Amino acid sequence: MHAMLDISTLHYLVLGAALFLLGVIGVLTRRNVVIVLMSIELILNAVNLNLVAFSRYWQGIHGPSALHGQVFAIFVITDAAAEAAVGLGILIAFFRNKETVNVDEVNLLKW
Amino acid sequence: MNPPVATPFFFYLLAATMIIGGILVITRKNAVHSALALITTLLAQAGLYLMLYAPFVAGVQIILYAGGIMVLFLFVIMLISIERAQKERQFNKQWLIGIVAAAALGGLFIAVYTTTTKGRVLFPEGRMSYGESDNTQRIATLLFDLHSGTYMFAFEIASLLLLVAIIGAVVMAKKRI
Repeated sequence: MHAMLDISTLHYLVLGAALFLLGVIGVLTRRNVVIVLMSIELILNAVNLNLVAFSRYWQGIHGPSALHGQVFAIFVITDAAAEAAVGLGILIAFFRNKETVNVDEVNLLKW
Repeated sequence: MNPPVATPFFFYLLAATMIIGGILVITRKNAVHSALALITTLLAQAGLYLMLYAPFVAGVQIILYAGGIMVLFLFVIMLISIERAQKERQFNKQWLIGIVAAAALGGLFIAVYTTTTKGRVLFPEGRMSYGESDNTQRIATLLFDLHSGTYMFAFEIASLLLLVAIIGAVVMAKKRI
């Protein structure tokens, strides 16, 4: 019908790439550890969007049971939960000792 | 099943919401504002999952990400003092490196996505499938089924990972064990 207007896999990939870049900029430039962790969540979500878009693409080729991308996205969400829990735990321990949340003041493994 | 209505409109609406939310996440001074922008981004992404016929992943995204992980983030933001962090410098001195790295990555993405092999782009659109209503059931079959459960072992490893993460988070956050 409207072949030009249809949203293809590439649209989702470009959106995922844009979000990934935003996350990378956030990780590299922000000082607040909480916002760095949130930028990591942005990166993981960009990857998830790619995985689900690829899953849709493969469903069009191999039939509706080709859901490996969606399963992998669920595993990535699990990892994101574990990463957030441990990361925020480390952040609380760090804040208790050094009274700061800035990444560039994290320069000792022991004090 | 009826074909979807106004797909491009909703795609661009949700995509714009996600991009604006992402920009707000990395630019806001107040970490709570960043968290709220990230929640907006995650909810818009759940809408995109629905558009990709992945209702189970969309539900997991809303319940686990926007509901669970972001509440954890907000708790920790409240635990650490946000007033003083707002008065400090927000960006570190390697913004130039950040921009250069992001530009290099962006160039790589553009190069990959515009690559053509034998006159075809790398990711052409396959045949359009309108999704099945038993999406969740098929995911469960992949995860749990004894005979065809491709990801059963990975699922068990993931539960072990979560157990380790629980113990790790408690050990880190507790004052004295």
